[in-house]
Amino acid sequence: MHPAPSIILFSSLSGLGFGLLTMLGLGFPDVSGWVAFVFFALGFALAGGGLISATFHLGHPERALKSFTQWRSSWLSREAWAAAGAMAVLGVYAILIIFFDNRVPVLGWIGAALSLLTVFTTSMIYTQLKTVPRWNHWSPPVLFMAYAIVGGLLLAGQVGVATPLLVALGVLQVVAWVDQEKKEAASDTTLATATGLGNIGSVRAFEAPHTGGNYLTHEMAFRVGRKHAQSLKIISLIFAVVLPFVLLILPFHHLFAAVAVLSHLAGVAAQRWLFFAEAKHVVSLYYGR
Amino acid sequence: MTSLPTHTEKTLGLVIDLDTCVGCHACVTACKGWNTENYGAPLADTDAYGAEPVGSFLNRIHSYEVQPENDAPAQLFHFPKSCLHCADAPCVTVCPTGASYKRVEDGIVLVNESDCIGCGLCAWACPYGAREMDPVEKVMKKCTLCVDRIYNENMPEEDRQPACVRTCPAGARHFGDLSDPDSDVSRLVAERGGFDLMPEQGTGPVNKYLPPRPKDEIPEFDILSPYLAPVAEEPQGFLRWLDKTLERVS
Repeated sequence: MHPAPSIILFSSLSGLGFGLLTMLGLGFPDVSGWVAFVFFALGFALAGGGLISATFHLGHPERALKSFTQWRSSWLSREAWAAAGAMAVLGVYAILIIFFDNRVPVLGWIGAALSLLTVFTTSMIYTQLKTVPRWNHWSPPVLFMAYAIVGGLLLAGQVGVATPLLVALGVLQVVAWVDQEKKEAASDTTLATATGLGNIGSVRAFEAPHTGGNYLTHEMAFRVGRKHAQSLKIISLIFAVVLPFVLLILPFHHLFAAVAVLSHLAGVAAQRWLFFAEAKHVVSLYYGR
Repeated sequence: MTSLPTHTEKTLGLVIDLDTCVGCHACVTACKGWNTENYGAPLADTDAYGAEPVGSFLNRIHSYEVQPENDAPAQLFHFPKSCLHCADAPCVTVCPTGASYKRVEDGIVLVNESDCIGCGLCAWACPYGAREMDPVEKVMKKCTLCVDRIYNENMPEEDRQPACVRTCPAGARHFGDLSDPDSDVSRLVAERGGFDLMPEQGTGPVNKYLPPRPKDEIPEFDILSPYLAPVAEEPQGFLRWLDKTLERVS
């Protein structure tokens, strides 16, 4: 799949943002006044900024509000509702904390739940697609939520909990990569089933419908980067897990913590790039790829 | 509404004969022409005369080579592919705005272009590559089964079928109601063993493909050969000398 920068930015930033908002909703750290303002502003900027960057890849962003209508059937529509709900509830919660020094725990819990639900709905947009075997798998929901929680803990300064969870996240990511590979290899959709000609013999794409590319080959038959997948996986693990872990077990310093967060974000972005670039859509079979 | 109907009154669709298609791409041209001049946003091309032309098409013809296992010569098939108007269309349910829908009256899957936000998720959900984003209008384009022809009473009756079917010079494309067991298309499917593309994807495609008929196997037999004098298998004269010499050398 084509790794569109706007989508990678969205999924990395808003994942982190909703992770932070989840922690703030649960009261970690329990802040008030200006400190609370800075934390909430960061959370809203990341989550909201991610959502706005996602609208850049739309053909008609001016009609984006229509996407609230189909929550009964569409995960993308559900994502819109969950995101708007989380921001609205936590907006009220944040105003009460910042300006009235009044923390209403129930609002925070609801906001935290909606924030995690937003990340879950984002992941389900990919997981629901049978056409991409690598995504049609248990791992996207688990990984997207795990990255959001660990990133949120890092940003919220919850070093004690974040450190062991970073290790768990690294293990989870490696297990997911291995299992996704198996799932893709075991896909029963082949050029033989795609053309129905498999009973005659082995099928090979002889000629594409046209000499140039098209929307499908640009969007879904992305091939660059697959060969660098292995090294990118190691790089993303180093940035997302190893470096932040090392920085957190060193004696605490604000600079170390800031670098740990930035490194984690870079690692998540690399992981998300791979998430798209490695995923193979079954339509690429028709094009012999 | 992006929930799928549980039942459609008719099941209009295409039956494509892989035995007959000659790969002329006339259906591609007819489709592009009709759907550029009529219903919905025109099918645009960008850089049409440049180095990297890209355009939206609702119907494309692939070609596949099939190599039989018994060392027989490879066979070439032309393979037209457009929207299959699936019963369980995954492109419809993923749509966040309700722009994609499946009609209850005839089962045609359509896009309401004024509601489409151009997110592209429906194209991701389709295993067949039936949907393409228009490069200029930025809305999702797909086969409408020429909904503006098949019910069009301003046209002569013989023209009230999809442009691709009407134009096919080989008669490889057929249009009709596949829910009616007595329709021409249903009978074709029954007689020729029409099949689904990617049945394992669970989309329940309406369009069916007719398999190529098996190749004739002509035995190497000549009715005159018993009456002919046998031809010497050993070379004679100069060739015999050459043969022997070469054998000695090698």
